[in-house]
Amino acid sequence: MATQTTHHVAMTLADHLPILQVLIPFITAPLIVFIGRRELAWPLAFIASATSFLIACLLLSKVIGGGVISYQIGGWAPPLGIEYRVDAANAFVLFLVTGIATLVLPYARYSVGAEMPQRTQTLFYSLFLLCMTGLLGVTITADAFNVFVFLEISSLSTYVLIAQGSYRDKRALTASFNYLIMGTIGATFFVIGLGFLYMATGTLNMADLADRLAGQYDSRTVRAGFAFILVGMGLKVAIFPLHFWLPNAYTYAPSAVTTFLAATATKVAVYVLLRFIFSVFQPAFLAETSTLEIIFYPFALLAMFAASATAIFQRDLKRMLAYSSIAQIGYMLLGIALLSETGLMATILHLFNHGITKAALFMGVGAYALRSKSTFYIDLQGLGKTMPWTSAAVVIGGVSLIGVPGTAGFLSKWLLVQAALEQGYWPISMLIVASSLLAVIYVWRLVETLYLSAPNSEQPIREAPLSMLLPLWIVALACIYFGFETDITLGAAKAAAQALLAGSSGMMH
Amino acid sequence: MISILPTAFIFIASALILGFLPRGHIRSTILLATPVLAAWHIWNLPVGIFSQVEFVGQTLDMMRVDKLSRIFGLIFCLAAFLGNLYAWHVRDLIQQVAALLYAGAAIGAVFAGDLITLFFYWEGTALASVFLIWARKTEGSYHTGMRYLIIQITSGVILLAGTALLYRDTGSITFERMTLGSLGTWLIFLSFGIKCAFPLLHNWLQDSYPAATITGTVILSAFTTKLAVYALARGFAGTELLIYIGAVMTLFPIFFAEIENDLRRVLAYSLNNQLGFMVVGIGVGTEMAINGTASHAFAHILYKALLFMSVGAVMLRTGTSKASELGGLCRTMPRTAMFCLIGAASISAFPFFSGFVTKSLIMDATANQHYPVIWAILVFASAGVLSHSGIKIPYFTFFGHDSGLRPKEAPIHMQMAMGLTALLCIIIGVYPDPLYALLPYEVVYQPYTMGHVIGQLQLLCFALLAFIFLMRSGIHPPEIRAVNLDVDWIYRRLVPTFYNIIHVATVKFFTYFDSVINDFIQLTIKGLYKLLGPETGVSRMRGVGSMVVWVAILLGISLISSYF
Repeated sequence: MATQTTHHVAMTLADHLPILQVLIPFITAPLIVFIGRRELAWPLAFIASATSFLIACLLLSKVIGGGVISYQIGGWAPPLGIEYRVDAANAFVLFLVTGIATLVLPYARYSVGAEMPQRTQTLFYSLFLLCMTGLLGVTITADAFNVFVFLEISSLSTYVLIAQGSYRDKRALTASFNYLIMGTIGATFFVIGLGFLYMATGTLNMADLADRLAGQYDSRTVRAGFAFILVGMGLKVAIFPLHFWLPNAYTYAPSAVTTFLAATATKVAVYVLLRFIFSVFQPAFLAETSTLEIIFYPFALLAMFAASATAIFQRDLKRMLAYSSIAQIGYMLLGIALLSETGLMATILHLFNHGITKAALFMGVGAYALRSKSTFYIDLQGLGKTMPWTSAAVVIGGVSLIGVPGTAGFLSKWLLVQAALEQGYWPISMLIVASSLLAVIYVWRLVETLYLSAPNSEQPIREAPLSMLLPLWIVALACIYFGFETDITLGAAKAAAQALLAGSSGMMH
Repeated sequence: MISILPTAFIFIASALILGFLPRGHIRSTILLATPVLAAWHIWNLPVGIFSQVEFVGQTLDMMRVDKLSRIFGLIFCLAAFLGNLYAWHVRDLIQQVAALLYAGAAIGAVFAGDLITLFFYWEGTALASVFLIWARKTEGSYHTGMRYLIIQITSGVILLAGTALLYRDTGSITFERMTLGSLGTWLIFLSFGIKCAFPLLHNWLQDSYPAATITGTVILSAFTTKLAVYALARGFAGTELLIYIGAVMTLFPIFFAEIENDLRRVLAYSLNNQLGFMVVGIGVGTEMAINGTASHAFAHILYKALLFMSVGAVMLRTGTSKASELGGLCRTMPRTAMFCLIGAASISAFPFFSGFVTKSLIMDATANQHYPVIWAILVFASAGVLSHSGIKIPYFTFFGHDSGLRPKEAPIHMQMAMGLTALLCIIIGVYPDPLYALLPYEVVYQPYTMGHVIGQLQLLCFALLAFIFLMRSGIHPPEIRAVNLDVDWIYRRLVPTFYNIIHVATVKFFTYFDSVINDFIQLTIKGLYKLLGPETGVSRMRGVGSMVVWVAILLGISLISSYF
């Protein structure tokens, strides 16, 4: 049952941080539309996301030691009222989402300006904030149905954002449509699953759900609910055979959108999966079903190899990175499947590290798209010389994607290998290393194209503008910084993993 | 805990400042000063473990100084100095930085007290050295460099995997003597084996060294494989398996070296053969054998560099290193020819040259531990060394049939580098005591006994005789057929035939092995492309229908799995 708070005690602003986290972008989004002035759209969006980032930092600093903040909306106590609940696991995700948004916005100003007509730009920033609101809401809420609502907010705005790519390539429209169908199926499955759970328990608050589910793991209703939630969320996560929407969506969306989605959207979905698997259902439930053996292990391993190998053969850099994302999802699922503290730490850490790594790479791709008007390898030849700053940052991102020691990507893969070894699954640890070798190949192809091939076009190509380079370099340096400075990321991942593994008791206090 | 500056950082620091200096003599001077400074630094190091760093909950020992690491550190500095002197004329910043980082990484690896630090530097040597191959800037060298890099990086990844497993088993990442047994130790062994060019893992060596730039080959020849020898000596001394691996290593390259036309490739094969001696020494593992290995590595780096230098000088002047296009160069390159002869005498272990005082340590250690067959193989391999490195290289380059080429003598800095190396080869050969004093264990050994000298001279003379006989008979084949044979049939027909069979079989086996591996890789890539390429299979764009089918399938699976 939820916490015992004394009601109607004067609360300071600091106590309202959880709701402000969601509210600020949520209010700013319509505000931008009402004001309707293009010059004001970007500053407002930036201020909103920077404030959110500040709030996320404050929240993270409060819970990184293992504490929990519970916030009751409108003072209605859960399980009846909607509760927001911040612990290390979701504060870390909030930190990632708001941080990436705050970096993508300055980057977007130039990139969006070049990729979209002026009349849609105001709406773009509004939609961007809505998408961010949805992601933050999904992450912070402790109410299962509220997850669905925010999921729809983020999904609907995502479909429109992806469709904005049609000014560059009309295929963005089909990509967006396909994602709309798949995303809706996913959301429907998710809500069907929730329906089953509600039928069995009569509650929607996660902690309450967990308590009431504990006695009836044998119930068919509950088990069907679990399967639906898994597949529904799996679509959003892009678990391997459910990934078909992702490559096109990432490839044809505007660069800034791709960057934001790749770094945050699937990561938030992974977080929701974690929350449902470990907090609503508990490790004990997983032990009773064979979901891990039948779904997680095989599909995670399949993703690691098939998607990486597919990435090797791509001709479009953006598409290659999309496939690589699917492969990286495989690592995160594997960490979940190992069902241990180290495994979960690896998942959570990889979620963050891969987020910043992919952000750096996709930002670089956006810069290439801006200057060379294409993201095909053949048009990127020799850009290492003409766009040295962009290319150097892209290489740093690539190195982190491989997981070379000294970069963020190394730590999470190392943890994952350790987790596999802890269970005595050394063949799996070998497979992790082997699939990293595939990453070496596709990253190398990129390096080769950028630095070792003769330029293809005659006309001179300039370096990207500073407003794009700066965010790009901040994330690129973050890839290195978080490879050495491990207190924040490892600390948060450890606290989060412990809280998740504690099952519903992790949600009690 | 006293903290001292890791020696590798000296190299890394000067590589960093190199880019900011004007090109020309200042840079070249820095290139020479760095190894000198580093050698002085190593010379003054106290014995012990220093510079411990915390990393992800592990303690890394950046500097573990003992006699074994010190001698390898010193010879690496010396090799870097000589190589950079030889490359004085090179103005390519990439090569210069690569050479410094390469030497720095190798020295860092030698002083690494734990496997994680070793791994960092291990990959460092791979990354830095590949630029020496790419610096040649040809299509061929690019692909060769790529293959080289993949193999070297793979070796590092295997090392990391082995380390992880070992850490799991023992809870320690200290780099100390291991016993083969667990998977972790086997992986580490395999990783060292790749770098050490064990048989069947050796192809990268003959593939890449001859493809590098002239100066690059000289530098390459010193570090990577000797680093592996050091790692094996540290980690797997006394592992009996190594004796047999080493024996095969001394043998099989001989057959290839004999028929190879590219002299730099001949030297690459003979490098492989020399490594075999060291590996045998490690396998025997007694104090004397380890001393032999360390000292042989020391001498070997010098004379192998000297041989590569002389062939490189010829290549610089004539543009080729093919035996068939060279010959008679001693007329215009007399000093290079003399240095080459000194290198050849050293590698062939002539008395009063460096190879003699070091190789005999290994041979005697093998004999002392009662491995007569291995000892015989080593003797045979010694004769082979003389034939392909000691005679073939100088004969075809500087003597033999006159190619008509009249190149200029090598540039003065190359002569200085070669002269200095040659001098060191002789000094070690004549007065080995200072080298012996550096060795990991105390030496009670007298190389210049009557038995040793006579035995070695006998071997050398007969090998020389055999070469002359082969040359003669090779030039006049009709004469052989006319000879009437009696009992001498045994050594004039049977032994050559037998030798031929072994020769052909060895060459066939290794060539076949290569082609099988190549075919396999080709087929796999083609198959994968069919399955996963952009036009076909998994990555084809799909309609909504087929996506939904997959959703249904997965829902089915997950429903089933949650009911069971």
